[in-house]
Amino acid sequence: MIRFILTRLLRAFVTIVLVVTFAFVVLRLSGDPATIILGPEAPPEAIAAFRASWGLDQPVMVQYVQYFAAIFQGDLGMSMRDGRPAFDLVMERIPATLALTIPALFLKLALGVPAGVYAALHQGTAFDRTVMVAAVMGFAVPSFVLALGLVLVFAVNLGWLPSGGRDTVWHAILPIITLGLGGAAALARFTRSAMLEVLGQPYIRTASSKGLAWAVVVRSHALPNAAIPTVTLIGFLVGSLIAGAIVVESVFSWPGVGRLMVVAVANRDLAVVQCILLLVATTMVTSNLIVDFLYGALDPRLRHGARAAA
Amino acid sequence: MKAPLVRIKGLNVAFDGAPAVRGVDLAVHPGEALGLVGESGSGKSVTWLAALRLLPGKAAVQGRVTLDGRDLLSLPTPEMERIRGGRIGIIFQDPSSALNPVLTIRRQISEVLALHRGLSGSAIRAEAKRLLDLVGMPDAEGRLNSYPHEMSGGQNQRVMIAMALAGQPDLLVADEPTTALDVTIQAQILDLLQLIRREMGMALVLISHDLGVVAENCDRVAVMYAGRIVESGPAAALFDAPRHPYARGLIDALPTLEDTRRLAAIPGVVPDPRDMPRGCAFGPRCAHAGPECLLDSPPLRAVAPGRRLACARPDLDLTPARPTPAPHLAEVTS
Ligand SMILES: Nc1ncnc2c1ncn2[C@@H]1O[C@H](COP(=O)(O)OP(=O)(O)OP(=O)(O)O)[C@@H](O)[C@H]1O
Ligand SMILES: [Mg+2]
Repeated sequence: MIRFILTRLLRAFVTIVLVVTFAFVVLRLSGDPATIILGPEAPPEAIAAFRASWGLDQPVMVQYVQYFAAIFQGDLGMSMRDGRPAFDLVMERIPATLALTIPALFLKLALGVPAGVYAALHQGTAFDRTVMVAAVMGFAVPSFVLALGLVLVFAVNLGWLPSGGRDTVWHAILPIITLGLGGAAALARFTRSAMLEVLGQPYIRTASSKGLAWAVVVRSHALPNAAIPTVTLIGFLVGSLIAGAIVVESVFSWPGVGRLMVVAVANRDLAVVQCILLLVATTMVTSNLIVDFLYGALDPRLRHGARAAA
Repeated sequence: MKAPLVRIKGLNVAFDGAPAVRGVDLAVHPGEALGLVGESGSGKSVTWLAALRLLPGKAAVQGRVTLDGRDLLSLPTPEMERIRGGRIGIIFQDPSSALNPVLTIRRQISEVLALHRGLSGSAIRAEAKRLLDLVGMPDAEGRLNSYPHEMSGGQNQRVMIAMALAGQPDLLVADEPTTALDVTIQAQILDLLQLIRREMGMALVLISHDLGVVAENCDRVAVMYAGRIVESGPAAALFDAPRHPYARGLIDALPTLEDTRRLAAIPGVVPDPRDMPRGCAFGPRCAHAGPECLLDSPPLRAVAPGRRLACARPDLDLTPARPTPAPHLAEVTS
């Protein structure tokens, strides 16, 4: 078991290092921060001075090593834009993002899981077809289109809710709904198919053949099995608590991590972008780890596998 | 003769218009062992799943299935639930997929004990262990905490049997209980079913591909082909002198001790349910078919005391192609 945990942790660590490396390389290939921040007309001496002060004149390998050395000392670098520690800038934005993504996560779970289960139990009925159509639309319609549609109806036409900004609780409602509906659609589809798969298994027929009422068969025999694949998707949704709102934050001018990311990328603000990516990778990997351990709790076959692997 | 425990009358089952069971009549008497044989797809499982109302909603079921005179097919759901597992238990072909992979054996047996026997707490625990002992499970106490994947197929089938017995049913339907198991385990499970049946005075329906197994383990045999019963009778008599060419074919196809190859496998295939022949469903494969066989589907008629036959040419001479293997020999190799 210890070995199992250690290999998982090592794998998580390697994943994070790879993500950071990838970001490091891509960012350095995608344009010179000096010309972007100082402007294309800046004198060459100013550009050279900027590059020297941020270490951009060093060979890329040296920058890479220095970057990792700094990370291990807890130093995630300074924003080139306003000279403050990138970590502080990112942390300031996290509450705003979580204020959207956490309620949205609950909305996804509260809508998606019951809708999927109910649709599977009533396969082929009008409700099932409605859920499927809604789910396909929620899947296919990009979130900015959904966001604009909601703004058009509830902000512009009806005037019930504000269309952007973060001044009151009301400002959060449309972004939360936008995020929640998209995720709920994916979750409903996934839950439905997981549930249908389980309902077709021989052990469900066995449970019925024992004389258990259908509600008991569903609750005690089908749901625990359907939960196993569904947890993967829920883990992914939890993992995207930080990064999942980039588009929605932009549309609604919501000052969260996602907006910071968009601005930082446009500015080639290397430290800030890298810091966000590191944070995103860490949340993703952490939620994956949690999913792995949840699997063990939900599925005795994997618990056994875990023991065998140890 | 005693009144039958379960009587199936005029049972018809169709899936999306394709008939799977076409007018089956069958009676099971208290305490008797009835064998149901036939090739894959002949409707053996569907017959009993329909009787227990365990088929998916798209199955169109017609006919009557009575237990002590009450029609199961029209019973309100809660009463049907008391019968499933309480009066009629069923075990399936592949025990490993028939048990819930995420629940312990204890949990899966206890459900039945709580539901049909009203037991609780330590009484459940003791009874679950007793049942596992009864079905010959080694280390019953320890096995209660196991999951299905931690046990062999034979052990899982023992658990299935224990679970089916937990409700103390009057009839156990065993749907190919040994097909998925090793040969040595097969014999053990069949012996176990016999033992339990005698001890508990329970009736048994043994569904099988193998007429040899059925002849050895059952009092009476019904042979099914393409959704119909084509011949039925006392096991020994039917095995020694089958009257239906299909039953003859099944017996000839049994391996013998001297020659374990399936010698005379019946040529041809089972007809497609969507495209049944107008006459006898076996006609196209039958070496003895005459013009009368193509006209109508022959009804099942009594031809001798206790024996029924559905054949347009009931007086055929069906001398075996080779000496019939005695049932006990068939059992060794099946
Ligand atoms: N759920 C289902 N949906 C559609 N068709 C089905 C279903 N279950 C059974 N059938 C069809 O009903 C027919 C009879 O099937 P059944 O399972 O009763 O055969 P069987 O005699 O038990 O064969 P086997 O020895 O393979 O178990 C087959 O043609 C099969 O395809
Ligand atoms: Mg079958």
